[in-house]
Amino acid sequence: MPVLFWTDALIFLLLALTIAFVFYARRYEHLRAPWRQVGRSGVAMGSMVVLGFFLSVTILDSLHFRPPLQSAGLDQTGRYSTEILSVFDWVVTPIRERDEKSYSAPFAAYLYAKETVELPNGRKDRRYPRLKYGAAHLADPERERSADIISTGVWGLLKGMVLCLAVYALIVFTVARRTRASVTVTFGRINTGDTVLRWRPMLLTLGVLVLLTTTAAELAVKYHILGTDKVGEDVFYQTLKSIRTGLMIGTLTTLVMLPLAIVLGIMAGYFRGWVDDVIQYLYTTLNSIPSVLLIAAAVLILQVYLDNHADEFSSVAERADLRLLFLCLILGLTSWTGLCRYLRGESLKLREIDFIQAANALGVRHLTIITRHILPNVLHIVLITVVLDFSGLVLAEAVLSYVQIGVDPTMNSWGNMINSARLEMAREPIVWWSLLAAFVLMFTLVLAANLFADAVRDAFDPRLRQQ
Amino acid sequence: MPGALLSVSGLVTHLGSPVRPVKAVDGVDFEIHEGETFALLGESGCGKSITALSLMRLLPASGRIVSGSIRFDAQELLGLSEARMRAVRGGGMTMIFQEPMTSLNPVLSIGRQIAEALRAHQGETGAAASAHVQELLQAVRMPDPAKRAGEYPHQLSGGMKQRVMIAMALAGRPKLLIADEPTTALDVTVQSQVLDLIRQLQRQRGMAVLLITHDLGVVAEMADRLVVMYAGEIVECAGRKQFFRDPRHPYSRALLDSLPGLGNRKQPLRAIGGFVPSLQDEFIGCRFFPRCERALSVCERQAPVWFTEAGHRVLCHLYTDEAERPAAGTPGAATATPVESEAGTGPPLLEVRRLEVHFPIQAGLLKRTVGHVRAVDGVDLDIPAARTLALVGESGCGKTTVGKSILQLITPTEGSVRFDGVRLNTLPRSQLRRRRAELQIIFQDPYSSMNPRMLVGDIIAEGISALIPDETRQRRRQRIENLLNEVGLPADSAQRYPHEFSGGQRQRICIARALAVEPKLIICDEPTSALDVSVQAQILNLLQALQQQLSISYLFITHNMSVVSYLADDIAVMYLGRIVEQGPVNEVLLRPRHPYTEALLSAVPVLDGDAGREVIRLQGDAPSPSSPPPGCYFHPRCPRRFEACGERYPARTEIGDGHHVHCHLHADSTSACD
Amino acid sequence: MIAYIVRRLFYAIPILIGVNLLTFVLFFVINTPDDIARSQLGDRHLTAESIDNWKRAHGYHKPLLYHSEAAGMDKLIDTVFFDKSVRLFAMDFGRSDSGRDIGHDISQRMWPSLAIAVPTLLVGIGLNITFALLIAFFRATFIDYWGVVICVVLLSVSSLFYIIGGQYLLSKLFHLVPISGYDTGWNAIKFLVLPVIIGVISGIGSGTRWYRTLFLEEIGKDYVRTARAKGLSERVVLFRHVLQNALIPILTGVVVLLPLLFMGSLIVESFFGIPGLGSYTIDGIQRQDFAIVRSMVFLGSVLYILGLLLTDISYTLVDPRVRL
Repeated sequence: MPVLFWTDALIFLLLALTIAFVFYARRYEHLRAPWRQVGRSGVAMGSMVVLGFFLSVTILDSLHFRPPLQSAGLDQTGRYSTEILSVFDWVVTPIRERDEKSYSAPFAAYLYAKETVELPNGRKDRRYPRLKYGAAHLADPERERSADIISTGVWGLLKGMVLCLAVYALIVFTVARRTRASVTVTFGRINTGDTVLRWRPMLLTLGVLVLLTTTAAELAVKYHILGTDKVGEDVFYQTLKSIRTGLMIGTLTTLVMLPLAIVLGIMAGYFRGWVDDVIQYLYTTLNSIPSVLLIAAAVLILQVYLDNHADEFSSVAERADLRLLFLCLILGLTSWTGLCRYLRGESLKLREIDFIQAANALGVRHLTIITRHILPNVLHIVLITVVLDFSGLVLAEAVLSYVQIGVDPTMNSWGNMINSARLEMAREPIVWWSLLAAFVLMFTLVLAANLFADAVRDAFDPRLRQQ
Repeated sequence: MPGALLSVSGLVTHLGSPVRPVKAVDGVDFEIHEGETFALLGESGCGKSITALSLMRLLPASGRIVSGSIRFDAQELLGLSEARMRAVRGGGMTMIFQEPMTSLNPVLSIGRQIAEALRAHQGETGAAASAHVQELLQAVRMPDPAKRAGEYPHQLSGGMKQRVMIAMALAGRPKLLIADEPTTALDVTVQSQVLDLIRQLQRQRGMAVLLITHDLGVVAEMADRLVVMYAGEIVECAGRKQFFRDPRHPYSRALLDSLPGLGNRKQPLRAIGGFVPSLQDEFIGCRFFPRCERALSVCERQAPVWFTEAGHRVLCHLYTDEAERPAAGTPGAATATPVESEAGTGPPLLEVRRLEVHFPIQAGLLKRTVGHVRAVDGVDLDIPAARTLALVGESGCGKTTVGKSILQLITPTEGSVRFDGVRLNTLPRSQLRRRRAELQIIFQDPYSSMNPRMLVGDIIAEGISALIPDETRQRRRQRIENLLNEVGLPADSAQRYPHEFSGGQRQRICIARALAVEPKLIICDEPTSALDVSVQAQILNLLQALQQQLSISYLFITHNMSVVSYLADDIAVMYLGRIVEQGPVNEVLLRPRHPYTEALLSAVPVLDGDAGREVIRLQGDAPSPSSPPPGCYFHPRCPRRFEACGERYPARTEIGDGHHVHCHLHADSTSACD
Repeated sequence: MIAYIVRRLFYAIPILIGVNLLTFVLFFVINTPDDIARSQLGDRHLTAESIDNWKRAHGYHKPLLYHSEAAGMDKLIDTVFFDKSVRLFAMDFGRSDSGRDIGHDISQRMWPSLAIAVPTLLVGIGLNITFALLIAFFRATFIDYWGVVICVVLLSVSSLFYIIGGQYLLSKLFHLVPISGYDTGWNAIKFLVLPVIIGVISGIGSGTRWYRTLFLEEIGKDYVRTARAKGLSERVVLFRHVLQNALIPILTGVVVLLPLLFMGSLIVESFFGIPGLGSYTIDGIQRQDFAIVRSMVFLGSVLYILGLLLTDISYTLVDPRVRL
């Protein structure tokens, strides 16, 4: 039975809006040309592939459903489990369901801490117990483990290479079809980078991603490749699940912020007078509260509300989702002021520009002037802001969750992972894998987003284009 | 040649990507001798500024000198190390730029900026330097140099900033001053001050000047010798007298012919068709060939070679080929009688009375109004149907505000604007909207006057859909096609974006947009001042033709006297928010009464610069409209002022024939000064 | 000048009133004092009486806005709004929900915050400007390219990892400085070194990149060409002309932050166990102590507005174009 969370609905709405915008942009040369410039930037295209990978995980992880109960007999058809899963969960079932007892290091066969185990002969001994799932297939982990890891990894790599070649061939054929050039010519063009889109860096990134995925998939079935956490949950699974949280914060916040910033900013700049005064007062006031504190205050209030209305939610997941949504809302409310002020300034300048004066002289109505003349001429600013803000928001999620004013503690997020791992910092030897897992994925996402944002800004900012 | 201070040969400078570079300078040769003024004349984009920057080796990051040689003062500059080149910059040759507004460092006092040049080249510091700074400021005739040295650029007017630039240039005692459009950003009266200064300093110091300009008048006033540049190469090189007596290259001739003025009043101007070719292209034949009226078949196939006669060099097939050489002589100016429209007898179409626009200066806690900028301070204007009134004045005099307040884009503070008998400035918004079709406007800047995100067709249709919304799609498209045709653009322009068009074409689109709603009056706010002269001629021709066909009236706002004398029927001269003199064009231009009009007319550089005319030099700059001087606003700068001028504003004096003036010299009660 | 400052202070009043109303709505209207009491007391002994007692003990028992039973001015004064919100204007923060004097806590705790924030800011700006100038000097070379790449990489790392990594390397691995804690007087220095270093490093990426853009923007301007045409060396052009102009946005961008330095850094202070205002705020948040959070929100906005005022004043000092 499908389940639609609020954030799921909104992310699909955002996706639909993005697709609509792409179709809109294709019709206008002034929007197409900068994107073509982005397309020529190898770094940007490589980053885009990475972002696309994260986005697909998010989308898979946003298709929620309740699995049917299997244990029951035939008469129980139509009954569903109370547990809500996503398609992504279903795909990674093998790593999701293999909880250990507690901490274990990456690729470990034993738990991280000694436990008292009852030996077959009835004596008790403190030793490292074997893991229930990690490396469970090995009879003698001490001897066989390294060889098994390597052979499994190589097997994964090989599978990946086959997949890579298939993708490569598919893309070459598609491009050849579309450009109506022969396959060999297209092959040469793509390899020398002589194409409108820079295929080479995209294919390279895609290849690396595919190889990593297949290898990891192959290994993850047999081992906990990033270890397990305190309650024995697979860290690799956690960090993958955190992708959705990070991306949600980065994108849904934008959805909240944009309408406010655009409508108010343009109105303030275009109408001036008392409208301007009111809007300026509004954003100066909001801006004067340090944003962390405003978020903290709002989240505290939300927390109290959720505590007192706990019975209104049917599941923990639903509650966590609502908290995520509110966090996006609050972040949006604190971050629209910057863009609003910028748009106000632009609109002030634009309203004095000749073509808007001419439209006035032609008797064009205000609403038409705003939608036809002002909005298209500030759209690039909006776009630049959105892509630049994204990485900041992903980073902010980690910090806020760390301070415990972020997402729900039950939700998988990099901030929560760091927060729980930090408590083990003092442990000797240190439990480092949760931190590493969160670091690697977060860094990859943020770096890709930053590089992509830079390329978009370079392409769309007219000031930079003149240089 | 011995004695040449600077000799440039085979200079090639490229901009942009090496794959498909813009060949901004493509094989330029010339020599400048000590103490002479050498002009580099050309229209925008011909590569003249890049030539100058190449000489200084100050090209922008995307530019590079590909080949050639620049010998300056017996030294090859292109091989010089950057450290030794710095000694040449500012020491041997210096440069002043077009935009004095942005060319000075805003956070350093001008004294320090000049002292910096002194330290770099004379090694002077401390008291010696500051004494020298004041000396230099005195040399550029800066009033009150001791006080000015401590001021910052934003406290100075444009003309004064250009003087500071010149003072800074003089600090290194250069042998060559490169002046890149030094007066283009300045008003005509200030321009004549600055040109005068350059000429005088050059005589005193024996300095050579390389004057880069697009203005034929400035060349005629200043240059000893000149070269004409077109599409990255030099096409003609001559002494000034030779050139203006007998311009040889068809391009030079066309340039001279396209100048408007009283002489060719209301006749079609000889505009140069087509455009300057892209400098990214490869050229086979003559670069001017596609636009040349006298092109031969060889011009397309083969690049021309130099033809020299008595020091007059020209790069044209007409002279080197077997083909018959053209007869020397004045360019063929038709001498048909000008088409003068009848003096406006009917009721005026537009009647402006005591128009005032005051912008409040706000300060204090509750934005109290502490004063007003009297941008427009009691203006009366009448424009009859199918006539052209030129509103003339320098920047900041309020002429643009007059235009916008007639259109009700700015609400007038006081006074009335009647159009066709209806008072516009008290109409409710909805009724005003309906009347908007009758008055339209064309702006100065062809780049900002169209939404870059819209198709040309939609831009033109904007007024139609706002004011005539019930027209069918089919008819609208037909109309746009007709309009494009009318302004001389191909019909398929409708499906293109503004950035695909040149400045002149954009101005045509703007005219089409205005015409689309069938206006009776078009306010033309400096429509040609951002255009090259050859393109200006096209636009003036178009405006002229449209007036004859459609009986449109124009309010032509401009600072350019030659355009006024060419196009206008009546003139109103504006100074500091008020009209000081008004009358029919011949009256005002030939018999100006107000000293300001006289000064304005005399400051315009003329082509036959030898005719020992006397230029009236005005002192200083126009005062701020927020605090006009007492009495006659003009009296602090007036060369003919007397006591009465400082006491009260002069009343209107009728001269006759609709000519009137506000000046105590002509007041009925006061006798002219003794 | 003084008239201007006074005038600007008057402008701040409506904004502070706005902040005050907003926090009041957030803290008392969306959730009533009953809700707060309930969540403070937990689920164990929830009787109407215990809620009432808690409210009375913390001064939340009065009506929110209007006390209909009181006499005269007390109708307005004897309310939660007056007690908890209006008094903030007099910098009277009242008592925290755990009963401590907030004003006293603030005056104690702002010094450790400053001891970290000020050196971090100064060293950070110095380093960022140096790096940015270096990159600008070598613009359009490989140094520029890799400089920017390094900046982007640095700013893509979450500040949490800088702290964790720094603590691990310097304290745990090399035992150079204590991992966290604080002491009084000069003894504090050894506790401050690590947070300052980490604060500086985590800001280098974004700071250097931003300053580089500012420098490059200035380098593209006409007056730089004039300076070169005078024959000045690239060094003089960069240091005298470009730096002086670029310092205007840099300085004014810093000035707005100055008053907020009092508030300290939430994360650094909590990681290193520094008893500053940042960790105070975090504690308040984690203990759900609404009185502390409310006070810090108000204090933060006062300091921000002060920062805006200082920015405007600093403009008039460093930019000759701006006059009062």
